[in-house]
Amino acid sequence: MKFAHRAVLAAGLLMAMTLPSGAVTEIQWWHAMTGPNNDVVVKLAEDFNKSQSEYKVVPAYKGSYADTLNAGIAAYRAGNAPHIIQVFEVGTATMMAAKGAIKPVFQLMKEAGEPFDPASYLPAITGYYSTSKGEMLSFPFNSSSMVMWVNRDALRKAGLDADHPPKTWPEVFEAAKKLHATSPTCGFSSGWITWAMIEQFSAWHNVPIGTKANGLDGFDTVLEFNTPLEEKLLQNLVDLQKDKTFDYSGRTNTGEGRFTSGECPLFMTSSAFYPNVKANAKFDFTSVPMPYFPDVNDAPQNSIIGGASLWVMGGKSADEYKGVAKFFTFLSDTDRQANLHQVSGYLPITKAAYEKTKASGFYEKNPILEVPLLELTHKPPTENSRGLRFGNMVQMRDVWAEEIEAALSGQKPVKAALDAAVERGNQILRQFERTAGR
Amino acid sequence: MSEAQAFAGEANAVSRDVATVEARELAPADGVAGAAKAQAPHEARAIFSGKLLPYLLLLPQFAISLVFFYWPAAQALWQSFLVQDAFGLSTEFVWFENYAELFQRPDYYHAIGVTFLFSGFVAFLSLSLALLFATMADRQIKAARLYRTLLVWPYAVAPAVASVLFIFMFQPGLGLFARALQRSGIDWNPILDGTQALILVVIAAVWKQISYNFLFFLAGLQAIPKSVIEAAAIDGAKPWRRFWTVVFPLLSPTTFFLIVVNITYAFFDTLGIIDTATGGGPNKATETLVYKVFQDGRLGADLGGSAAQSVILMVIVIALTAIQFRYVERRVHY
Repeated sequence: MKFAHRAVLAAGLLMAMTLPSGAVTEIQWWHAMTGPNNDVVVKLAEDFNKSQSEYKVVPAYKGSYADTLNAGIAAYRAGNAPHIIQVFEVGTATMMAAKGAIKPVFQLMKEAGEPFDPASYLPAITGYYSTSKGEMLSFPFNSSSMVMWVNRDALRKAGLDADHPPKTWPEVFEAAKKLHATSPTCGFSSGWITWAMIEQFSAWHNVPIGTKANGLDGFDTVLEFNTPLEEKLLQNLVDLQKDKTFDYSGRTNTGEGRFTSGECPLFMTSSAFYPNVKANAKFDFTSVPMPYFPDVNDAPQNSIIGGASLWVMGGKSADEYKGVAKFFTFLSDTDRQANLHQVSGYLPITKAAYEKTKASGFYEKNPILEVPLLELTHKPPTENSRGLRFGNMVQMRDVWAEEIEAALSGQKPVKAALDAAVERGNQILRQFERTAGR
Repeated sequence: MSEAQAFAGEANAVSRDVATVEARELAPADGVAGAAKAQAPHEARAIFSGKLLPYLLLLPQFAISLVFFYWPAAQALWQSFLVQDAFGLSTEFVWFENYAELFQRPDYYHAIGVTFLFSGFVAFLSLSLALLFATMADRQIKAARLYRTLLVWPYAVAPAVASVLFIFMFQPGLGLFARALQRSGIDWNPILDGTQALILVVIAAVWKQISYNFLFFLAGLQAIPKSVIEAAAIDGAKPWRRFWTVVFPLLSPTTFFLIVVNITYAFFDTLGIIDTATGGGPNKATETLVYKVFQDGRLGADLGGSAAQSVILMVIVIALTAIQFRYVERRVHY
């Protein structure tokens, strides 16, 4: 791979030397994709480089999401930031607050004179990365949403209807109690505990996590999710944790193996879990939308995304920006998006790509891939379900998870844990507000 | 960092001893030194003319310390007085505000408690187990070399890898040991049970360090003259008594060195293990001071607060080491 890279580079250099127009403009793209996803990144860059001769996108793997973001920050401080950097969704507020350090995508496209219609993108996806006025700040790259994975064999074994998996939270609790008889260590569980039980839960029920449209309208947002509804959910989980009808699986996706191994028959996690399930699950499986409380009027509303987007760094030349803009146009191409979606399982970012995939009959054969899209587009997003933008979100998630852990292990009553999560979260927000946006 | 320093320190001490010994042995044969001896008949010493050479020889070590230890430490100190965003776009000088805030937070005291508990267990267990293994391997047994080699291997394993190994063994639902524990009726769940999580990281950290301690203990044991032990045996001392009255005191320089190294190890180098195995959780049960520095600085982008924590951590470790040298070293027989 590296050798091939060098060969391409050498070929590019040779071409550049023979061409009278001068040098090829290089565009550095730092990313955090491994395995098959890394191949996708490399292929996209190669295809773009072949499609024209003025610009050359050079992808570079920089480690995990956190590593990549830190590498980008360090490079910026040292004065040699890349042009494009892939940042996970929870880093959005950090990037956005760094006004001089980034170049908003809507501005980039306008200045470069590239055709760019924000309305052609799926609002449920771009909303997360846009200002409240709908100006796109970063370019969505890999997006997913949260779904509930279902082991249909286990449902049958427990005497449940495998064709109609539970839809609401009360149904999930009931089903889990029955499943508990056959899978004593885990009736149901969830990865990404805070993403599932706080972030997605709030959007799906159309209730706010914080003021100012979950922080989208300003850094002076205040958390307010310590509501009776959230308490009800958490109290149920705490009660069911006692005999492992619900069993906690950690803060990230490390517990996902409990679904594929057959231990947990119901498991909430990212829709991007699909390739893994397909490869490893030795049972009849499917995925369904997240459960909701039917007594909440607006539920289900729409889900929010997870994943990462591409940020453009500031302080580069107009020519380099033109190249970046051309690359984004290239990525937005309908056929390319539709193909990317069908091959990798990432969500398409344009409406046209979604429609095209739908028209081709792809979802009839692969209904699982449409579940997150149905969730995201279930209703037009509201203030509470467009996304969230809280400073130091990585740390925030840890704080929330700590309090949930305290409640689940019986160290704190649910109400006290939720209040503490909100209070400690607000301290983080105030600290962030102090350094950001000045 | 400190481990390396301590290491270098000992290496220096050793080479100094060697130099004096050599000087003493060479002195009578050397004409110049012989003349020096004539002037000062009680002591033989190598004397360098000019001061440039020794300073020049000192330079590399000094430069390395400066670039890799003092400069970053000074940077941390400076950063701890600032409130800054991640990109360094806005900076405010706040004097001791970062420190003041730190000491108002109950979770900081909690982290201090966890650190001392964790470090105490890790240092004690890894030292005592390594000493046990070393005494066993020091005997005349078949294939002693093989045992010794095998016992050294874990040291070559990277902390994160060690951690992954233990996750594989102890993860509920997946791990071999976890299943065995659950089958025997123990509700093993370190992702929710703080005490079990702490036990898990202690075991991983101890396992990782035993080989290192083993090496030093074994070398120390082999340096003890057999005649001393034999003399004790002839006097009628049983193995247990021989160990505690003869071997253990003679081993004290090694033990002391290892205590210093192990405590610094438990304070700093266990970051990788904690990060991979528990991420500081559940509910901060395994959050040590160094993990908190990492967590707040790297993940939380709170550079000022993180720098203030690392300055405090630096002071704690310097104080600990000083105490050890002041009080524990008195009981060491060189």
